[in-house]
Amino acid sequence: MSNDKQVDSGRRVLLAATCAAGGVAGLATAGAFVSTFQPSERAKAAGAPVEVDIAGMAPGELRTVEWRGKPVWILKRSQEMVSALPKLDDQLADPKSQRNPDELTPEYARNEYRSIKPEILVAVGICTHLGCSPTTKLQPGPQPSLPDDWQGGFLCPCHGSTFDLAGRVYKNKPAPDNLQVPRHMYAGDTKLVIGKDEKGEA
Amino acid sequence: MGFVEKKLPADAPVSAKALNWVDSRFPLSKLWNDQWGQYYAPKNFNWWYIFGSLAMLVLVIQIVTGIFLVMHYKPDANLAFASVEYIMRDVPWGWLVRYMHSTGASAFFIVVYLHMTRALLYGSYRKPRELIWLFGVGIFLALMGEAFFGYLLPWGQMSYWGAQVIVNLFSAIPFIGPDLSLWIRGDYVVSDATLNRFFAFHVIAIPLVLLGLVAAHLIALHEVGSNNPDGIEVKDNLGPDGHPVDAIPSHPYYTVHDAFGVVIFLTIFSAVIFFAPEMGGYFLEYNNFLPADSLKTPPHIAPVWYFTPYYSVLRATTSQFMYALIAGVAAYVALLILKSRLSGAMKMVAAVVGLAVIIGMLVFDAKFWGVVLMGASVVILAGMPWLDHSPVRSIRYRPTWHKYVLILFGITFVVLGYLGVQAPTAGRTLLSQVCTFIYFGFFLLMPWWSRAGQFKPVPSRVTFHPH
Repeated sequence: MSNDKQVDSGRRVLLAATCAAGGVAGLATAGAFVSTFQPSERAKAAGAPVEVDIAGMAPGELRTVEWRGKPVWILKRSQEMVSALPKLDDQLADPKSQRNPDELTPEYARNEYRSIKPEILVAVGICTHLGCSPTTKLQPGPQPSLPDDWQGGFLCPCHGSTFDLAGRVYKNKPAPDNLQVPRHMYAGDTKLVIGKDEKGEA
Repeated sequence: MGFVEKKLPADAPVSAKALNWVDSRFPLSKLWNDQWGQYYAPKNFNWWYIFGSLAMLVLVIQIVTGIFLVMHYKPDANLAFASVEYIMRDVPWGWLVRYMHSTGASAFFIVVYLHMTRALLYGSYRKPRELIWLFGVGIFLALMGEAFFGYLLPWGQMSYWGAQVIVNLFSAIPFIGPDLSLWIRGDYVVSDATLNRFFAFHVIAIPLVLLGLVAAHLIALHEVGSNNPDGIEVKDNLGPDGHPVDAIPSHPYYTVHDAFGVVIFLTIFSAVIFFAPEMGGYFLEYNNFLPADSLKTPPHIAPVWYFTPYYSVLRATTSQFMYALIAGVAAYVALLILKSRLSGAMKMVAAVVGLAVIIGMLVFDAKFWGVVLMGASVVILAGMPWLDHSPVRSIRYRPTWHKYVLILFGITFVVLGYLGVQAPTAGRTLLSQVCTFIYFGFFLLMPWWSRAGQFKPVPSRVTFHPH
């Protein structure tokens, strides 16, 4: 029959509409599956602030606490350590903490020692390159994988990035940024709260 | 058309009748004959041609041992490490199954790297075998995914920090990066959620893709026919029976040949499993016998050996190296414009893309470009069929110096691999940067060097001496 090949435009419209509706439903379903990959409500709720008592920490002592599954370092720096910090400025990539300050350095830590109290450094011990935890190399002087004029700081074992005692990254290293200073506050003289400051929780 | 079943004589054996019954309903004999039994392969295969069959064997070993490991393993951050030790100590013969699986992973990469070397030597990726090669690159990528996801499962220190580094690679992508790596992990750090999804990828999602690609690889191969060490088309010279005169049916000839290769392979494989399953820290790293600790990175972390060449490329990309890369991109675009046979429009495209890349290199961190180069060092393999412009396929009839180019590439690959397991120093970083240039130069300059020099005459029949 000759009208076998004639296109029924009404049916063609229905066909297109059906395909469009099916496509939308398919995409929406795919969206649901993609969303299951996001952090669950339980994972989101697990990020509560942590309280640490720092009474009795000796100068040069480093304590690691867990916050949101990450290591947070609390380093009590000696007077000499703090006064040596500004001398390193020309060897550092971002000595004044100007890159991504909102993420990496809260306002009260945008100073030359990157902390509220000059001697107490609070920093997330995760390298800004690919997320390894740097090892502490507080001892100054020549040692393997470090320059001979090493002033003490941190060395990332994965790709060799180095950080000073304020968590500031040295120049020409794989890590682009300084270590993150988490939002923190003092709830008393020796009680530190990590993950929360006067503006609320991080 | 009605259903017609072939009539066998009444006194035919029961097995023949059963086969006939099946063949009338499912093309069993036809499949066997097309894919292997009556598949005519060139008769001049040498020992390089064993690795395809061996890769198939290792795939079967990995699937079978994997199924048995899943029966005892627990994909739970609190239980995973202990369940692997339980397999090693308490499950009867569990250590054997686990060592077969872990050694099988390294064996898979050894076999596949040799299989790819064969293709490079004899031009097996050239027309009309481009799709075989592309499916092969897909298999290689799936294999890398499989190895990466699987390595997290024992939940040791290397598992944990290796996954942390690789997932964080994605955070280097401008704008969407941090959210993307969060989405991949499903948590703010590598955690139970990450372990569970990696388990799902490792035991079901990637294996399904892998099997599909292997089937496509073989179907494409058996459609166009195998290449051979002389790189000539055996189908150009058909005998009176319609089959190539220089080819023989795979069964029984290559069945026996492969069985012999399998015996040698299994001898070596067993020796490794029983005497050196950790291979001095290369197959199973020492740090992975410590449970994962999210607060402490081991002092020296390196990926398993089969990933280290690409990992070296990642580490070579420092902020100073970016200037060398910019110069390299500019020089390459100039070469394309001045010395290539591309059309004017394509040259414009090359210039625009080159300029965009250079601007991107000035704008974005070296960290991002390290990730891009690492990805490119794997994916660039897919370009081989179109990069190689040599008039002959096989290295046998190319100018002798082409062999040295190939050897230089091989050495570069091994040096990059070696540097990837070593701790970085200034000298090693410089060496890895030189090697990165040679590595990419080999591929990107191939359209020019592959057609240069004095080519040797190609024979019309394969080189074959009966034993």
